[in-house]
Amino acid sequence: MRLTSAVLTGSEAYKANRTAHLAALEVIREAAEAAAAGGGAKSRDRHLSRGKMLPRERVAGLLDPGSPFLEVGAVAAHGMYDGAAPCAGVIAGVGLVEGRQVMVICNDATVKGGTYYPMTVKKHLRAQEIAEECALPCVYLVDSGGANLPNQDEVFPDRDHFGRIFYNQARMSAKGIGQIAVVMGSCTAGGAYVPAMSDVSIIVKEQGTIFLAGPPLVKAATGEVVTAEDLGGGDVHTRLSGVADYLAEDDAHALALARRAVRSLGGVGQGLDLNAGEDPSYDPEELLGAVPADLRTPYDIREVIMRVVDGSYFDEFKPRFGETLVCGFAKLCGMDVGIIANNGVLFSESASKGAHFVELCSQRKIPLVFLQNITGFMVGRKYENEGIARHGAKLVTAVATTSVPKVTLLVGGSFGAGNYGMAGRAYQPRFLWTWPNSRISVMGGPQAAGVLATVKRDAIERSGGTWSEEEEAAFKKPTLEMFEEQSHPLYASARLWDDGIVDPRKTRKVLALSLRAALNAPIEETRFGVFRM
Amino acid sequence: MFDTLLVANRGEIACRVMRTARAMGLRCVAVYSEADRDALHVQMADVAVCIGAAAPGESYLRGDRIIQAALDTGAGAIHPGYGFLSENPDFVRDVEAAGLVFVGPTEDAIRKMGLKDAAKRLMAEAGVPVVPGYMGEDQDPDHLKTEADQVGYPVLIKAVAGGGGKGMRLVEDPSEFSDALERAKAEARGAFGNDAVLIEKFIQRPRHIEVQVFGDGTRAVHLFERDCSLQRRHQKVIEEAPAPGMTPEMRAAMGDAAVRAAEAIGYRGAGTVEFIVDGANGLRPDGFWFMEMNTRLQVEHPVTEEICGVDLVEWQLRVALGESLPCQQEDLTITGHAFEARLYAEDVPAGFLPATGHLAELTFPTGVRAETGVRAGDDISPHYDPMIAKLVVHGPSRAVALQKLARGLRQTRVAGTVTNLAFLGALAEHGGFAAGEVDTGLIGRELEALTAMPEVAPRHWAEAALGALGLSEARGWEVGFALWTPVPRGVVLRHGEVEQTMKVTVTSDTAASVAVGEAQVDCTRSAAGWQFDGVPGGGVFVGAGAVTVFADFGLRFDVIDPLAKAAEGAGDGAMLAPMPGRVVSVHVKAGQQVKAGDRLAVLEAMKMEHTLTAQADGTVAEVLVSEGEQVTAGAALVVMEEA
Repeated sequence: MRLTSAVLTGSEAYKANRTAHLAALEVIREAAEAAAAGGGAKSRDRHLSRGKMLPRERVAGLLDPGSPFLEVGAVAAHGMYDGAAPCAGVIAGVGLVEGRQVMVICNDATVKGGTYYPMTVKKHLRAQEIAEECALPCVYLVDSGGANLPNQDEVFPDRDHFGRIFYNQARMSAKGIGQIAVVMGSCTAGGAYVPAMSDVSIIVKEQGTIFLAGPPLVKAATGEVVTAEDLGGGDVHTRLSGVADYLAEDDAHALALARRAVRSLGGVGQGLDLNAGEDPSYDPEELLGAVPADLRTPYDIREVIMRVVDGSYFDEFKPRFGETLVCGFAKLCGMDVGIIANNGVLFSESASKGAHFVELCSQRKIPLVFLQNITGFMVGRKYENEGIARHGAKLVTAVATTSVPKVTLLVGGSFGAGNYGMAGRAYQPRFLWTWPNSRISVMGGPQAAGVLATVKRDAIERSGGTWSEEEEAAFKKPTLEMFEEQSHPLYASARLWDDGIVDPRKTRKVLALSLRAALNAPIEETRFGVFRM
Repeated sequence: MFDTLLVANRGEIACRVMRTARAMGLRCVAVYSEADRDALHVQMADVAVCIGAAAPGESYLRGDRIIQAALDTGAGAIHPGYGFLSENPDFVRDVEAAGLVFVGPTEDAIRKMGLKDAAKRLMAEAGVPVVPGYMGEDQDPDHLKTEADQVGYPVLIKAVAGGGGKGMRLVEDPSEFSDALERAKAEARGAFGNDAVLIEKFIQRPRHIEVQVFGDGTRAVHLFERDCSLQRRHQKVIEEAPAPGMTPEMRAAMGDAAVRAAEAIGYRGAGTVEFIVDGANGLRPDGFWFMEMNTRLQVEHPVTEEICGVDLVEWQLRVALGESLPCQQEDLTITGHAFEARLYAEDVPAGFLPATGHLAELTFPTGVRAETGVRAGDDISPHYDPMIAKLVVHGPSRAVALQKLARGLRQTRVAGTVTNLAFLGALAEHGGFAAGEVDTGLIGRELEALTAMPEVAPRHWAEAALGALGLSEARGWEVGFALWTPVPRGVVLRHGEVEQTMKVTVTSDTAASVAVGEAQVDCTRSAAGWQFDGVPGGGVFVGAGAVTVFADFGLRFDVIDPLAKAAEGAGDGAMLAPMPGRVVSVHVKAGQQVKAGDRLAVLEAMKMEHTLTAQADGTVAEVLVSEGEQVTAGAALVVMEEA
């Protein structure tokens, strides 16, 4: 049925919400723009003076004209490393090349020579993970000095460090997911394996270099004096070494060759067909006013759903049971989706209903969209005794083991085990996005401070002491502040706990593009784990 | 009487004739060459007959086949159009011998006007003024001086065997004659070994004005004049009627002379008497002289039709059907003013070279009479005249008609071939032309200004850039989608000599911003199309590596493809040994010019001889090996100069 809104768009509350959301958006927009600018004017000029295209122009030059670009980790490393690595020094996202969805991973050499900080590695791996899960061919636009040496302990040795990049390349290649590298600058040390491990590699003449050890290291090791070009330039690699396959005249030519390589990938890749569905009957612009600015103010999650799905049609499942979890079917730009959305704290019934709905979607191979606004599972003796953990586990099992693609969006709070049941990061949704007003932490700041204060007060009072209200407030303050900072979406997105922050007005588009990417891979049969009945 | 007409022509004139014939209830037969199988005139006809290969000599000039086609299809008459066989008296004879009606003058009339000198004498006898001059045998200097005095100064002395201005002298004053004659004769002797000269009246500001006549074999009327002075190397470019500055006295004098000329040869049908007119000091009744008579329907006949309100083809057919003159002289009047511009597929910057191409788009605005034989999707073939269309306009005054012409040209859309549209537009908007200062030298004098490529405004570059990216039409909401910051895309286009690198930032399906040099063009799209900095775009055509923006008479931009660009440069640098071997022979020396594919050296390796050839045209910079030398794989053998 077509949902109808109870929101009064002329009301004071609506206007106040809108003002607050716009202010929150502005903070994110500034951060995103700073990240997109890369390594500052001076290094940009130096980059351009070498005849190179700026990294974002490289991305655009690779993509089809007008292609959407679903960027991943647009504010990665924000506020980290003293601001030394805007965008984590690497651009990643899904776009169209020759009408086919691909994952583009592009080093930004204007950021510390494109070297890999820990977050750079994490972002690169995350992009590869998306590519692998969605079967998206990868195009690596390489221009990087390799590992960032001062941070070598956090980028080199561990499982999800630098080496994993090449592991992923090999694994994806084995699955028939095309790996194409374009060497447009340095490609040193471990980085040399990016083109070497690719199915097809292209190198720019007198600009790209590939070597395991650069001239200074060679001199130190063996005393041999050699220029970078003679050691591993484009001519050497396309004529003598065979490390690269095509020699490009310049960046533009290299990108054209990469497009040609994508065209020759064969097989079937899905393009975009996103204009099938009817627009929502409520303007997505209204989301800014319809959603309360304060997370503590409850609201009907259907106000969000009706501003996202085709024609605002929503076939709600079990509407009279477990009402704090809204489940139902809808279409999004013509694609079938099952939506699971919080409408209050999770009870046993809500969790069981959610598990039931995940089973339905898995059976029917309908992708799932989770709208998270969750303070957690209900607590208290009644609930523990009736086995809320058992019911919660059912939901978590269903969400963890379903094979249908999941896309998660944080539209409010994401606290505690609610995050798990609602396909949080650990449950490997294909994409996880957040709104600027969302907050994420193990529990709410006041709750956390309250827990700590209760424990402290008990200890003081057991030993006969007293604890004034003022002392308690002072004790709580650092905890409150820490939670406030760490639960902010910028803090979260900087650390890639999610794939990016989304302007609520673009929700429909982002979800549609995410689903389209997710549906690029075939949906496997689901085999659930044991449900605790 | 006949009920079926064969049109022995192609292109716009064949279509033009058939349109009227059809309106008169006649059945139409088209003839066509193999190259014109799908041409518009073939499509328009009731019956069409293929008469041979593309070359005109194999088809449109094959009178025998055309007559046979007429007999086979039951056609009773043949309209020749213009060009091809239209002024061929033998063809007229053969047509009539076959018992068919030739829509046009008699064989005899064509013959009489075909020999230019004889025609002039004939006209002089009929009392039609001819250009004064002396072409006699007597080369005695005093005699020549007397003749020159009689012609009246200024005069031209020309070598009889001359050409290219050699042995030519302009004499403005009788006192300079002898001296100039001596020098002209000396020059002619040196250049041609023949010092015979002729004397001709020098017309300072010549204008080409012609009079349309129409006869029924006995009597004739004239339909006033046309001014065809706007010419480039004797090719008419824009014609108009009436002639600017024409006086009633002179019009009457010219009309009378033309009617005399037509009646003197018993002219039947539509014809044109061409005069050269001295425009130096205004038009005077004694300042025009007979040049020649065209015994056919002229290309520019529509301007006369426009001002007289008649259909000349209808008249031709009525007379051919046996009627007498459809109209008396006193019934004919001039209403308003008309222009015709000839749109050609030609490369103006390359010196007006005829061009070919695929007419990907061809549309004409309403309010303009467009006479054309092609439509969008047709090819301009190299076999025939590359005229695309004639644009004819009529207005109550010259100024209004000219305005309509300029606007009509601005709104004409052609894509897929280069054209002279911008040149026509520049003429239509030329101040001197607007002031009526027409003479046959105008285009030559003003050529640079008329063919200048004006600087292209940033908004046109921006429109071309969006076109090149395939963003001209609505596609869907996902176009340009970005979470926060859109990615700017480089686009390289070339217009004439200017190569422009632009940055296009697409923010949505309906908004973009294009950086063109220092300028930033704001682009928004509504249901009506794109607007650039608030100005509606002209629309684009994209195809075959180029974008045409329909603004300023069609701006063509070449899309620079990085793949193609790189291929051009692929021949640079050194020619390397593909494997280890022995140099058997070297075929080039440093400094030698080579063409792509030329043999540079032969290498023997693994018992096989490998010939190394040049990858591109160029010059050999250095030869690094000699015959018999052993080389390793990858050794440079020959180095080419950087292109």
